[in-house]
Amino acid sequence: MSDTEERQAAPDGTDADHEEPGTADSAVEEAAKSTPRGIPLRVQNLRKEFGGITAVADASFHVEAGSLTGLIGPNGAGKSTTFNCIAGVHRPTAGKVYFQGEDITGLRPEQVANKGLVRTFQIAREMEDMTVLENMMLAPRGQVGESLAYSVLPGLRDQVVTQEEDLRERAWETLEFFEIDHLAGDYAGSLSGGQRKLLEMARVLMTDPEMVLLDEPLAGVNPTLEKKLLERVHELRDQGLTFLLVEHDMDIIMNHCEHIIVMHQGKVLAEGGAEDIRNDDRVIDAYLGETL
Amino acid sequence: MSNSPRERLSVLRTRFSQGGGVNDAALLLVTMLALWVLFAAVGMYLQYDTAGVLGTVVNMTFLVAVYALAVLALNLQWGYAGLFNIGVAGFMAVGAYSVGILSGDPGGTPAGFGLPLPIGILGAMLIAALVGLVAAFPALRLRADYLAIATVAMSEIIRTTLLARPFAEITGAGQGFRNFPSNPARTLYYENPGDVTSEPNAIGEAVFGVFESLGVARTNLVVDLTYALLLLVIVGIVYVLSRRTGNSPFGRVLKAIREDELVAESLGKDTRLFKIKIFMLGCALMGLAGALWQGLGNQSVNPTTNFLPVLTFYIFIALIVGGSGSNTGSVLGGAVFAALLFLLPTYISNIVSTFNLTLPRPNSAVEAVTPLFSADPMPLVGFVVANIDSMRFIIIGVLLVWLMQNRPDGLLGHRKEVASSVDLMQRDRKRGQTAATDGGRSQGGESDE
Amino acid sequence: MAVSDRTSWGGRFLDNPAAFVAGAVAVLLLLDLVRRLVTGALGPATLMTYLWTGLVIGLIYGLAGIGLSLTYSILNFANFAHGEYVSVGAFSGWSTAYIVAGGSIATLGDLFLLRPPAGRVGVSITSAPLAVVVGLVVGVVVTVAMALVLDRIVYRPMRGAEGISLLIASIGVAFAVRYLLALVYGTGRPGVTAGTRRFFVGDTLGLGRFIVDSHQIAIIVASLGLMLGVHLLLTRTKLGKSMRAMADNEDLARVTGIPTERVIRSTWILGGGLAGAAGFLVVLTQGTIAYNIGWLLLLLIFAAVILGGIGSVYGAMVGGVVIGIAQQASSIWLRGPWSDMTLPVTFALLIVILLVRPQGIYGGVETT
Ligand SMILES: Nc1ncnc2c1ncn2[C@@H]1O[C@H](COP(=O)(O)OP(=O)(O)O)[C@@H](O)[C@H]1O
Ligand SMILES: [Mg+2]
Repeated sequence: MSDTEERQAAPDGTDADHEEPGTADSAVEEAAKSTPRGIPLRVQNLRKEFGGITAVADASFHVEAGSLTGLIGPNGAGKSTTFNCIAGVHRPTAGKVYFQGEDITGLRPEQVANKGLVRTFQIAREMEDMTVLENMMLAPRGQVGESLAYSVLPGLRDQVVTQEEDLRERAWETLEFFEIDHLAGDYAGSLSGGQRKLLEMARVLMTDPEMVLLDEPLAGVNPTLEKKLLERVHELRDQGLTFLLVEHDMDIIMNHCEHIIVMHQGKVLAEGGAEDIRNDDRVIDAYLGETL
Repeated sequence: MSNSPRERLSVLRTRFSQGGGVNDAALLLVTMLALWVLFAAVGMYLQYDTAGVLGTVVNMTFLVAVYALAVLALNLQWGYAGLFNIGVAGFMAVGAYSVGILSGDPGGTPAGFGLPLPIGILGAMLIAALVGLVAAFPALRLRADYLAIATVAMSEIIRTTLLARPFAEITGAGQGFRNFPSNPARTLYYENPGDVTSEPNAIGEAVFGVFESLGVARTNLVVDLTYALLLLVIVGIVYVLSRRTGNSPFGRVLKAIREDELVAESLGKDTRLFKIKIFMLGCALMGLAGALWQGLGNQSVNPTTNFLPVLTFYIFIALIVGGSGSNTGSVLGGAVFAALLFLLPTYISNIVSTFNLTLPRPNSAVEAVTPLFSADPMPLVGFVVANIDSMRFIIIGVLLVWLMQNRPDGLLGHRKEVASSVDLMQRDRKRGQTAATDGGRSQGGESDE
Repeated sequence: MAVSDRTSWGGRFLDNPAAFVAGAVAVLLLLDLVRRLVTGALGPATLMTYLWTGLVIGLIYGLAGIGLSLTYSILNFANFAHGEYVSVGAFSGWSTAYIVAGGSIATLGDLFLLRPPAGRVGVSITSAPLAVVVGLVVGVVVTVAMALVLDRIVYRPMRGAEGISLLIASIGVAFAVRYLLALVYGTGRPGVTAGTRRFFVGDTLGLGRFIVDSHQIAIIVASLGLMLGVHLLLTRTKLGKSMRAMADNEDLARVTGIPTERVIRSTWILGGGLAGAAGFLVVLTQGTIAYNIGWLLLLLIFAAVILGGIGSVYGAMVGGVVIGIAQQASSIWLRGPWSDMTLPVTFALLIVILLVRPQGIYGGVETT
């Protein structure tokens, strides 16, 4: 746990000059600036409009360090859009996103990822024409071999080879952890839906993330794999990784997440532990007609 | 076991698709040897003298080498990163003109700067890369089909600008450009390579003497042979470097960009930077191909007949034949296209004439087709043989359609070239421990052991 | 979807300066044009000539562009063989016109191959109007037939393939057709039209005298007629409406899935026919014909289509006229040897449009 704390010590105070004054009321600004160490992700009045549609309407929430936080809501509630705004795929119409005390609003996806905030996709997006291992090896940050010169020139290339050998071992170990090492040499395109989800999780871990955003990792996964995946998530959480889990299925969130955020029509409807959510009338109303 | 040719072919195809580095190199070598034998056989069948046979082979070798070079360059952009650049001819033009202008004779017209050849060639690559940088901006922002239109437009801008009179003093405009530095093979053999009447130097005397004793008195042919072999060496170097580029973390990101750019970004890769780099590198190599082919090789270019968009399409077809995404496929595709599709048909009418058939020579398509109604196909055959130039393009077009319909992965099938600097399937467990103690997170390790 | 959203905001950031520069250059050129007119450096008659010839050639680009635009948006690929459809319309139409007008001055075969000199055959709208009309009709019909046959053997087996695969296949088609024409007709560039009547127009309007020939008038009449026909087809018939809906609206196309074979067939008929007509007409104004005539026009047609916005039928027409006039009017600035820069400048314009406004000037605007 102690080294987790260390990793999450954010360079506080450096972000003061990042601020654009007057975008939100000052109390909120203050709160955001002095993000406590225990809160890696803070979303403030996030808003996203597509033409006439408001997909996210001033949502605010935060995620505590080392937690497994659930984000639920009926289809179309704006969960994926919130994710995409955090991850830099969409630029929010308004609002702020802070990661480890730093304003990351409007950064490009690779910039967000390189801060240690990495996401998966609702529909698993594997590089189908790359093998499972290639997919894994793609992920790690800071690879020397991603520089063209290092990859090609005789003298420099040795460093790349050494690093590749280290990463290869880590890739194998991670595949073993998810019990898909028997598929290592196969094309990702030949994997089943559930195996792809496992691969996607494994690939994200290869980036050595501080926090992981999981967009419906259990959709279309059979019960055995679902169990396996959830076990892995718990194990990693126990090692200090923070998760924000989007899930459409309420039961899973209720049983696995210690903190739950409920979205509805782009807004945060309720927040709290499983018990609070279960007894919240508004949540029940929102889910009426959906499977509860 | 494999009796039918179809089965044998498929066995061959699987073996080819699994080939490692050594297998691939062997495959390329065997292909080159086979082509040499084939073209020598054609020359001998046509009863050429020794010099004629050698000329046939040299001509083919040159074309195979320059095509391989251009195809390798395109493969980096399209095969790896999925950047659909169909302006290859334009970048080759930039390379050819640049080497001429940089290293051409200052006293010639249009005047060159007379810089040493290596500087000229590197400069040509650099200039082509910079033009590539300009072209990379559309590449960053446009969908593949828009990029296709933008790059073909760019190559036409380059070509028509080279033709334009306001720049005639630099480019020669419609007169074309001939003031190229002499090719390195000539420099090797002659006292004064720039001068056609120059005496050979000591090396030249010796080498020409050897060839003369073999019945090849044409010194130009010896120079061409040397140059073609030099080109093969350059192809070898570019091939190795391209392989390294492809099979490296850098190439892995390119592959990921081709597959799904958003995922690559979500994993922290600045895809725009990778795209710019590979676009510039590919264009630099296209510039090199232009400099060595139309520039130093042909010693004369004219934008009314050279660097037409057709050239780009030839290179594309060669890449598709070989299977885009594979460096070995690129070289093979270049060789097969240049030798078998492009060059071989030009010998057909000569070969046919040896059959003593005395084919009718109808002087129009109508005269060729009308006898068909009286069941006489010979005039049509004669017409086709006489117009083999057009026929060859028709066949190339049909082949392209057929490939897209039936073998989009190339004639030789899908090739598995794993993008990594090491063999990924080869584990090394000792590494894992060191990696873990290095402070890597290695979640897997903990749960596992 | 996610990606397109991001590129649009990422793009806007870079776009603004480029769009600004492009706009500023356009305004400067316009001001300079006014200056030249006022100072008399540019006579009104010269300007009128540019506008008139630009309109004529631009209508042809537009005519050919409609088909390209329709196939691009409905079948989802850039058809690099579209230029060859233009060529086939040109050759089949002019062979027919020669046969109709030539009578017995040469063998049928020679007439078909366009071998007798143009002066002897004498095809022009004034001397042999029937030959021109029949030629146009046959050009259209043959091109339609070819478009349908090619769809059947090339594109239909590839339905649902990626746009790039289809694009590459269309390059193959372009090669095959272009060199088939070369095989039959040779690689020369014969003149095929006879001289026709010229009128001097403008005196009465105080615009100076500029020349209008009857071929140009014929082209304008034919193109406008065809465009009106297309307009009626697209707005009055159910099939036309569904075609336009699919062409205009990518989302709708996505929702309704792969277009029905009926819509595809109609697309080829319409697009091929108009390309064929454009081919016949472009020869009428150029006077010469060559196996690569369509290929040389292809990039300009692309420019027209992209300028007008892919999928927009009316955009293609407007884009064609803009490109045509821009090309002609460029000689106000690109004089003497600099006139060689007309094509590079036009193509550069195409790239700028792609970068600044890939949806075209009409994209996103309701085009009814
Ligand atoms: N790229 C987009 N363009 C337009 N509307 C979108 C886009 N993405 C999402 N939406 C709309 O925003 C709303 C929220 O969608 P989403 O975030 O995917 O919900 P969830 O993930 O909670 O099911 C929906 O109404 C959806 O149609
Ligand atoms: Mg969702």
